[in-house]
Amino acid sequence: MNLTTTYLGMELAHPLMVGASPLADDLDTARRLEDAGASAIVMRSLFEEQIEGEHDANVEHFEMFADSFPEALSFFPAVSEFAMSPDAYLEQIRRLKGAVHVPVIASLNGLRISGWLRYAELIEQAGADALELNVYHVATEARETMYSIEQQIREVARNVREAVKLPLAVKLSPFFTSLPHVAMELRTTGIDGLVLFNRFYQPDIDLDDVSVVPRLQLSDSSELLLRLRWLAILSGRCTASLAVSGGVHTAADAIKAIMAGAHAVQVVSALLIHGPGRLKVLLDGLKAWLEEHEYESIRQMQGCLSLAHCPDPGAFERGNYMRVLNSWNGRVHHATSD
Amino acid sequence: MHSPNQLQMIALEANEAAASVAHRLSEVIAIYPITPSSAMGEFADEWSSQNRPNIWGMVPRVVEMQSEGGAAGAIHGALQAGALATTFTASQGLLLMIPNMYKIAGELTSFCMHVTARALATHALSIFGDHSDVMACRQTGFAMLCASSVQEAHDMACIAHAATLESRVPFMHFFDGFRTSHEIAKIAMLADDDLRAMIDPAGVAAHRQRALTPDRPVLRGTAQNPDTFFQAREAGNPFYLECPGIVEKTMDRFAAITGRPYSLFEYVGHPQAKRVMVIMGSGAETAHETVDRLIRDGEEVGVLKVRLYRPFSVDRFLAALPASVRSIAVMDRTKEPGGIGEPLFLDVVAALYEGQAAGSSRFAKQPMVIGGRYGLGSHEFTPAMVKAAFDELNQAHPKPHFTVGINDDVTKGSLPVSDDFDIEPDDVFRAVFFGLGADGTVGANKNSIKIIGEETDFNTQGYFVYDSKKSGAITISHLRFGPRPIRSAYLIRQANFVACHQFQFMEKFDIVGYAKEGGVLLLNAPFELDAVWAHLPREVQKQIVEKKLRVYVIDALRAAREVGMGGRINTVMQTCFFAISGVLPRDQAIAKIKKAIEKTYAKKGPEMVRKNFAAVDGALSHVHELAIPADGAIGQPLPPTVPIEAPDFVKNVTAMILAGRGDLLPVSALPVDGTWPVGTARWEKRNIATDIPVWERELCIQCNKCAFACPHAAIRAKVFPAESLAGAPEGFASTDYNAPDLRGMKYTLQVAPEDCTGCGICVAVCPAKDKSMPKRKAINLAPQAPLRRREAENFKFFLDIPEIDRAKVRVDVKGSQLFQPLFEFSGACAGCGETPYIKLLTQLMGDRLLIANATGCSSIYGGNLPTTPYCANHEGRGPAWSNSLFEDNAEYGLGMRLAVDQHAAHARQLLGRLQPPLDEEFVGRILNADQTSDSGIAAQRTLVAELRRKLASLNGSPEAKQLALLADYLVYKSVWIIGGDGWAYDIGYGGLDHVLASGADVKVLVLDTEVYSNTGGQQSKSTPIGAAAKFAAAGKSSPKKDLGLLAMAYGNIYVAQVAFAAKDVHTVRAMQEAASYPGPALIIAYSHCIAHGYDLALGPEQHKLAVASGYWPLYRYDPRRRAAGQNPLQLDSGAPNNQLQQFMVNETRFRMVEQKNPDRYKMLSEKARRQVADRYALYRQLAEPSAGQTQTAAVPPPTAKVRT
Repeated sequence: MNLTTTYLGMELAHPLMVGASPLADDLDTARRLEDAGASAIVMRSLFEEQIEGEHDANVEHFEMFADSFPEALSFFPAVSEFAMSPDAYLEQIRRLKGAVHVPVIASLNGLRISGWLRYAELIEQAGADALELNVYHVATEARETMYSIEQQIREVARNVREAVKLPLAVKLSPFFTSLPHVAMELRTTGIDGLVLFNRFYQPDIDLDDVSVVPRLQLSDSSELLLRLRWLAILSGRCTASLAVSGGVHTAADAIKAIMAGAHAVQVVSALLIHGPGRLKVLLDGLKAWLEEHEYESIRQMQGCLSLAHCPDPGAFERGNYMRVLNSWNGRVHHATSD
Repeated sequence: MHSPNQLQMIALEANEAAASVAHRLSEVIAIYPITPSSAMGEFADEWSSQNRPNIWGMVPRVVEMQSEGGAAGAIHGALQAGALATTFTASQGLLLMIPNMYKIAGELTSFCMHVTARALATHALSIFGDHSDVMACRQTGFAMLCASSVQEAHDMACIAHAATLESRVPFMHFFDGFRTSHEIAKIAMLADDDLRAMIDPAGVAAHRQRALTPDRPVLRGTAQNPDTFFQAREAGNPFYLECPGIVEKTMDRFAAITGRPYSLFEYVGHPQAKRVMVIMGSGAETAHETVDRLIRDGEEVGVLKVRLYRPFSVDRFLAALPASVRSIAVMDRTKEPGGIGEPLFLDVVAALYEGQAAGSSRFAKQPMVIGGRYGLGSHEFTPAMVKAAFDELNQAHPKPHFTVGINDDVTKGSLPVSDDFDIEPDDVFRAVFFGLGADGTVGANKNSIKIIGEETDFNTQGYFVYDSKKSGAITISHLRFGPRPIRSAYLIRQANFVACHQFQFMEKFDIVGYAKEGGVLLLNAPFELDAVWAHLPREVQKQIVEKKLRVYVIDALRAAREVGMGGRINTVMQTCFFAISGVLPRDQAIAKIKKAIEKTYAKKGPEMVRKNFAAVDGALSHVHELAIPADGAIGQPLPPTVPIEAPDFVKNVTAMILAGRGDLLPVSALPVDGTWPVGTARWEKRNIATDIPVWERELCIQCNKCAFACPHAAIRAKVFPAESLAGAPEGFASTDYNAPDLRGMKYTLQVAPEDCTGCGICVAVCPAKDKSMPKRKAINLAPQAPLRRREAENFKFFLDIPEIDRAKVRVDVKGSQLFQPLFEFSGACAGCGETPYIKLLTQLMGDRLLIANATGCSSIYGGNLPTTPYCANHEGRGPAWSNSLFEDNAEYGLGMRLAVDQHAAHARQLLGRLQPPLDEEFVGRILNADQTSDSGIAAQRTLVAELRRKLASLNGSPEAKQLALLADYLVYKSVWIIGGDGWAYDIGYGGLDHVLASGADVKVLVLDTEVYSNTGGQQSKSTPIGAAAKFAAAGKSSPKKDLGLLAMAYGNIYVAQVAFAAKDVHTVRAMQEAASYPGPALIIAYSHCIAHGYDLALGPEQHKLAVASGYWPLYRYDPRRRAAGQNPLQLDSGAPNNQLQQFMVNETRFRMVEQKNPDRYKMLSEKARRQVADRYALYRQLAEPSAGQTQTAAVPPPTAKVRT
């Protein structure tokens, strides 16, 4: 059975890879993920704010009190020895490349055209096999238009594309007026693929402290549906590689994503919950399903249920919406059962 | 010999220059940090951690010890075992090495140490330079080689290391603290090959052959008896006789290799000089410069620079003096009270006498010799002072002993000095920069002087003057460069270029006074160009006009912000300096600044480089020349330094020091014994906060947590009757007090706007939020400037509201803050984590406190002049505070306790004897008074006052008179011993342990920052696993010493571990319990610190995390509980909650380990996690009630009702 897939121009043993997460922070974990069969590993994102902000913060903490009091002209060991964190990220690429044989995909997260973009080159020099560019953005200003945001995303992508030769994917959010248009425009910048989608870590409210607190909630399979829909819509229409990210917890989830058009399937939450070994469970499940259903290869099923090939495209479009509405039998749930 | 183009010319400071040689010529380096030598040890440690080898290809082993005594012991051992060893120290640290120095010398051990000569603490501590410390070692048998400049510190280090191997006499190489140790100059560096050529392998081999080894066993360190000790002591004489010759030979070899000739005594001046000055250290350079000038003016003078001071070679000294000399002024940078003269003076007199007696004198007539003292504690020593000494030699009857540089109007020993004698040649460019500690001015100037040094053929000099305050500190950078060697070892007084990087300094210091006529003033001003002139004080405007200065103005903050540099203006100002001064062609200068920026920030990331480049490029478009208006001085006159209502002493003395004119104070103005008035900090209105807290009374829940946490006593609460509001300024805010026990009273929370540092801790701890806008709290920060005048008036009114009757207040967190803090407005860092504990202590019991304070941060912000933060209450009572040394603080406090107890016992005895004339019942009341509470103390004070009245009526009975002197000791005094972890865990631990074990009624407060904060972040035994510190750059791998557990092991010591912002009520309770415990008590206080590396406004959050994660467990161990059948140990915080990682990653000291070596960090943080868990488990086990014990939280009342 042929499980291989092509993602961003890279030949991968199969579509199941580790998505952007802290899982690759640790070399042992990375090795265990490789042992469990991961076809590639995406590193956690290096944030624009991290590159710029941490520099500032580190420099500030080192230099803030330097040279102001005669008995203590500094308060830390000489800084020249210490790589600041973005450099630690580059170092981690090198270490990962030394530790595992599967492709290592770095991830950069940011949306402004400024100094942090130089890190794309540094990432390439550090030996990453590909780069995922996460353009996470929450519009909070009324003067921001969809045009300006989309243009900015394209500009960032273009800048990175021009800077590096690496296979390059852009990781998007699902919230666009016309995702196919965004995808098409992005493709013109020369990027190789799209990752659907980044997850918003939405803040929560702490009622005791009357304050807003960050809350990290792992995904579950219910998040997959949104991705299936857009995979199916883009698959076949967009020539870029497609990866799904968010909501893949079972082999069945992975298979659905591939059928909707994914070339690569990124898994994170399931691995964080169950450990690196979970990847093998998914992979075994995928193989078993293919065998059971007599598929010869992954490519055979890739995109088979996309909008282009689907026997019932309406299900992914407005018709689906109608159907969902109609399936609601008008019953009202009362919150008494639990 | 090197040709000049082979020479590597580098601009560096003498500490680095000396350490560079010492590190390359040593195998074992044992050190202990002490100013101003700390940097040498830090450089050595840094190089070794980078695996930089010595000239034999081995990386020297650097070890930080627990004291200088420990370092000397370790060195002694290393030397005896055959290693080449070195150490670095100064001042009191050097004194702690003396016992081992005698041993090392007595055993004729090849060894070279490097000393930054520093004043010894006498009437006061001084971190600055003079020769008191090295002069205290001249009898140890060490050779003493003095360097006068940065280049010499490099060269003499090499000569000393080489000479000791041949001579077997150990060497102390020394140079002036700060003036030389911290001066940056361009010097020729010795290459490894130069050092190899200087070090005789035979000497190294011989040293190794003398090693103690079981392979060739011998015995050293015997005890000798009256029959042989004397002869054996004399047996080493030949080595001392040969030593000067060996040094001379070594200097000759050095000259052959480097082209830099030196001699034991170097004469410079007129070949037929009549008058000669003998001097050593940096002052010799100033004298050299002055002599050159005086000779050009036609005078016959010269200077003899002393390099090898011990062994003192009389022959060579006499030979170095011109035969023509008639009179000699010997200059000593030390004081020997009660001596005939200072050491160098006596040596010179004796040498001349010996020469004459031996008939070897070349002088027609024995020269007259006078001795002078100069430059103690880094006091300035200028050409005018050199000239004054020469002038004195011209007098018919010169003063045999004099001082120069001060006005001694008491014993009239000082020489008059002419202000006009300025000899700096026109070809020396001089620039002075005024900056704020945090604004990067010094860093940029260090950078500039290196650029100029490396890009031009100019000789360069950079010297930096710092503030004694740790927050809002001023820095003054003095930069010189010119075509000839720069020998000016004194501050610039007439500069071509003066820059003021902080506009507010124009009001505080005479900055324009530094500018020479026709010079340039660069001013950073936060105004539009056309508004700048009007903002300058009138006196400043006048000087600008009179001196015809060209003034350039820039709004550097705006320029920096525009390019995303935040408040960092250093690059902008540095660019302006180069652009305006024209030191280098503009393009070349800019290219070089950029190169330096890349070098500095390359490791820290391209973004920092990019922003700095943008700052360079943007700076020039913001700087403009100011047109000086024709009508000249139109500004406001300068405000007085201190308010007119300040006491005379503050106006006459403190204000002079504050204005930077302290060196003009005459001797008579200063206390004779170092005694200083308290409470003077309040008169210095520093106005350093950009933003200050503003109280929202309708939101306030009156918890007083803000006042509790304020490190500077700048936010205060008072409760008072409504009638006290009569005459309140308009807008003075108050509200109804909300506690049921004081119903009807008013409450005010008041900010001291001009004393606040703007750290924001008060806002961070405020729990009261606006319900509809939670961002708004009961206190919020707002810009200071618009509030300043109004709030200053309010604060003044607030201070005059009578303090509340202490008896009416419940002493808890809230209540404690209604008491007057008797520690206010210290110069501690903004947001300091130590001072809230001290402030609380003074609120709880300040009126009966004696404090023994170890040297360190707390002694600096507690007692570094000009101002004093400890103060007295309206009755005139307050903490009596003193600092003895670093190492002896526990003993010092014990001594205070013993004295107070003796006085009290004596008073009680006298009182007993006076029972008949006095009322027996009255005496009984005094003797048996319960003094365990505020009200008990107050009642006893009333009784003692009555006693005094009764005693006065006893008409001169001797016993009554004696008792009158001692009566105040019938009121209990609380003795507290305060210091940091460097003291308690390391250097003072032996004494602390002994004093705690003594059972004496002393209370110890350890302000634990887990690092040597005052000297700049060296590790202590309190430093935790995983934290980077100096000497633990890779992250400390051993756990923090458990001081509390060690003390608990005695069983009779009250021990508590507290963290004020994690559980304030616990801190208050611990302090009260410690105070009431009739025996020794130890409180270990978690103190956040700038050496942890995060915004200190987040300190309270870190306290909470520290406690919740188990990093800093809270507990109290109260031996009194045993009597109630309870376990003495109560664990007051819960089990570790898995937030240790979070706690650690918030702090740079841990994060830098993670960033440097993630695997090591992972290992260390896992070790830390286990240690935290194990420690908690151990504590929990210890706190478990054993059979027969009950576990209730109640603390029994103090057992001793009466304390004597």
